[in-house]
Amino acid sequence: MKLLTHNMLTSKCLKGVTVGYPLGIVVSFRSVYNFKAKDIKVSEVDFNSEFIARIIPKLDWATLWKAAESIGHVGELPQTLIQDFETNEEFLKKVHHVLLEVEVINGDLLCPESGRKFPINDGIPNMLLNEDEV
Amino acid sequence: MSRRPEHLAPPELFYDETEARKYTHNNAIDFDELRSKIQVLKRETYWFKIYVKNYLTTSLVTNLIQTLFLKYDMLFLEEILRVALEREVGGDLILGDMGQGMPFKAGTFDGAISISALQWLCNADKNSHDPLKRLYKFFSTLFSCLSRSARAVFQFYPENSEQIELITTQATKAGFYGGVVVDFPNSTKAKKYFLVLMTGGAAVLPRALSVNETDSVVPYASRREQMKKAKGKYLKNSKDWIIEKKERRRKQGKKVSEDSKYTGRRRCGRF
Repeated sequence: MKLLTHNMLTSKCLKGVTVGYPLGIVVSFRSVYNFKAKDIKVSEVDFNSEFIARIIPKLDWATLWKAAESIGHVGELPQTLIQDFETNEEFLKKVHHVLLEVEVINGDLLCPESGRKFPINDGIPNMLLNEDEV
Repeated sequence: MSRRPEHLAPPELFYDETEARKYTHNNAIDFDELRSKIQVLKRETYWFKIYVKNYLTTSLVTNLIQTLFLKYDMLFLEEILRVALEREVGGDLILGDMGQGMPFKAGTFDGAISISALQWLCNADKNSHDPLKRLYKFFSTLFSCLSRSARAVFQFYPENSEQIELITTQATKAGFYGGVVVDFPNSTKAKKYFLVLMTGGAAVLPRALSVNETDSVVPYASRREQMKKAKGKYLKNSKDWIIEKKERRRKQGKKVSEDSKYTGRRRCGRF
């Protein structure tokens, strides 16, 4: 699951949940040799400055920053959105890295209101609800 | 026995590995139709950013997405998701149930595409499933996660006209404008149903494809003329009509003046 996806996901489909945003991220650990490492994949994705510049106004910046910080990949991203981001290529590249290149492979998403866990397996969040939750 | 997959098994059973592979490999099936519809849309709208799509023809939409520099997919079934994962489609994947609603925040997407998924919602696979409620839940949550002036195109296989009616009523109830476009309506094989929905007020629907363009127009005018001839009635107030009427009244035994060369002519101005 990319952080762009996380920025859009809510749990408002749950019964009794009104906002359900932002979802918390809990990353599970995998063992690398004898160490434990967070199950996060960082891969390279082609950079498209136009796409990033267009997607930024649609993002909830505070949510993105918090999510990036909670999984430890915030880098040099500022806590508040800068003014002229369309022309700032360096800034767009940083946003691109956080949005599209960092992927959570295994873990859980947490509903902020009910505390319900949505498991992430192989990078795919499972948003299926049980019958009594609809 | 019915040949419709919805009648055989619920989607999570029907789309097993072989079936999923079949659909993700044979992209040519739906490619042309969808592409044409996209082009129509592309011409009419500025751009779409993201598609919410169902499980089929993954790489097809990814290709389209790349041409429109969009990278985002939403997939719904585990088996197809796994196949999609192996094939490394662009974008990101989510497992969900269309009938339980779209788990997205409001106004996120600028477009939605789906191939052959909508008809599954018309079936109740579990005791708790109510097709009407599931359809409404799907459309209403989709409406809220689309931005204004967004579009959604669904290619689907309706079982009968009631099913089309059911789907379109729920879509309009949820706030969408739009309707059903049928490509090649006279062909059994090439016939394709598309539900085209719009959020920001009524707009022109894309034109349906057909072999020759006149097929889509019903020739009402010429048919009316033909009907008239077939019935054998004359144009009202014409000379033939007057003669016929006089004849009819004569048969009824009424007093009718004799026919002459002046019958059906205008009176002169002095009278």
